[in-house]
Amino acid sequence: MTPISRRKLITSGLAATAGVSGLAVASHLSRRFGLIPPDCAGPYGLGTTLTYAAQRLITTHSLAREFPRGMISKMPFANAIAPPNDAFKAHQASGFANWKLDVEGMVAHPTSFSLSDLRSMPLRSQITEVACEEGWSYIAEWIGTPLIDVLHSAGILPQARYIVYHSIDADWWDSIDMADALHPQTLLTWGMNDGDLPVSFGGPLRLRVPRQLGYKSVKFIQRITATDSLKGFGKGLGSSEPEFGYSWYAGI
Amino acid sequence: MPRTTVLRESEDPRHTALVRLTHWITTAAFFALLLTGIEIVISHPRFYWGETGNVNMTPLVNLHIPSSRGTVPTGYRVLPDQNGWSRYLHFEAAWVLVLTGLIYLGASLWNGHLRNDLFPPRGHRTWRAYRDVIAMYLHRRPPSEVSGAHGYNVMQRTAYLTVIFVLFPLIIWTGLAQSPSLVSAYPFLATALGGRQSARTLHFLISGALLLFVLTHIAMVIHAGFRSHVRAMITGRRSDTPAPTQAAPQPVASLPEQP
Repeated sequence: MTPISRRKLITSGLAATAGVSGLAVASHLSRRFGLIPPDCAGPYGLGTTLTYAAQRLITTHSLAREFPRGMISKMPFANAIAPPNDAFKAHQASGFANWKLDVEGMVAHPTSFSLSDLRSMPLRSQITEVACEEGWSYIAEWIGTPLIDVLHSAGILPQARYIVYHSIDADWWDSIDMADALHPQTLLTWGMNDGDLPVSFGGPLRLRVPRQLGYKSVKFIQRITATDSLKGFGKGLGSSEPEFGYSWYAGI
Repeated sequence: MPRTTVLRESEDPRHTALVRLTHWITTAAFFALLLTGIEIVISHPRFYWGETGNVNMTPLVNLHIPSSRGTVPTGYRVLPDQNGWSRYLHFEAAWVLVLTGLIYLGASLWNGHLRNDLFPPRGHRTWRAYRDVIAMYLHRRPPSEVSGAHGYNVMQRTAYLTVIFVLFPLIIWTGLAQSPSLVSAYPFLATALGGRQSARTLHFLISGALLLFVLTHIAMVIHAGFRSHVRAMITGRRSDTPAPTQAAPQPVASLPEQP
């Protein structure tokens, strides 16, 4: 044995110790600072965790690009999603007069908002792009009530870590972390391009999350739940999307 | 002395353990990215230029292949949707490729692999050197006739450097430019390319260039001797010719240490 192999042995021993303790520290810190997505298990957990953690370190406060009015798509694509069920059709027949948004969970006062309640709150209008995971995209003006205002008005509690949102279709729900939930561009959208939000684009109420792909912007929103854990929702993966094989975090 | 330059007579340089390991990890990641990339493309096999593009708009390129979405008018039957796991694996493999590439790049800068084995040596940075290599391939002359080129010839070096310093950075950039979250922090990632759809189109074209490189690479390995070259990339040893029989078998420990 030469001195080189002894040196090698010591160096690799030190490197291994540093590596293991580094991983342990990283794992502890990432849990503490919310860098682990709910769909972190399984063969693709490493990739989606690296992506989510990197994005949370880089883009917590960044604003999605907003475009000049002239770039609004003349032919936006609604995607083929039929109005989901009989309950929806009944709402549609009555002009959505009885449509309610229930805010519940970790809030001081659970509240039910009508569409006119939401419209009477301070509005925000922004021209942002919807990018679908399939590859296509369009730009539209979205008008709505910032989710942060609705959460504050219901008295969101400091221990809330996720906002779960449900469409009128029980199988279509999703969730976002507080970085996106309290983000100024996350809108409970009821208007599009100077008109009411059409049903084909998610009317009467769609949660627009412009820093993530289109599928996070769930249509026909009826209920939002503030929670500190996603374990009790569906299969505990944070959304119905991972149950169909799609990642929970869609900021890429 | 950098280990990567160790040469025995006119033999090719052996590959260091790092080169071999990163080569095969990159190979696995590349094919995972290629397969899942094709799967993602068929959910919308149309390409646009500019910021936006969808089925209501005129594509720059329509691949005219079947799609996994009924919303895309192709005239073919709708294929099953495989986008979920494809997207998970695409981004996971991208992480593996980028991290492996960074380790390879850092180590190769450090140990001289880039300087000695990949940058064309002094005196070979001429059109004449390229002409000689092309002539060698065209006239099927043995590589030894290209004078003074130890290890890789200038064409190989240029191809590898193009992949490392042009195609990989571009494929990573055009990929990141399609991340809505990253672009919110760094808008120039998309705007400098002409917009989101331009980035997607370029990503597709560059992946084609990378595929072309891989196919050429495999063809050249087959041309040069598939078994010996693949063995060299797996074990690090190049033993085209069997060990000379007259020499007594040497104990393994006394062979030059293979890193």
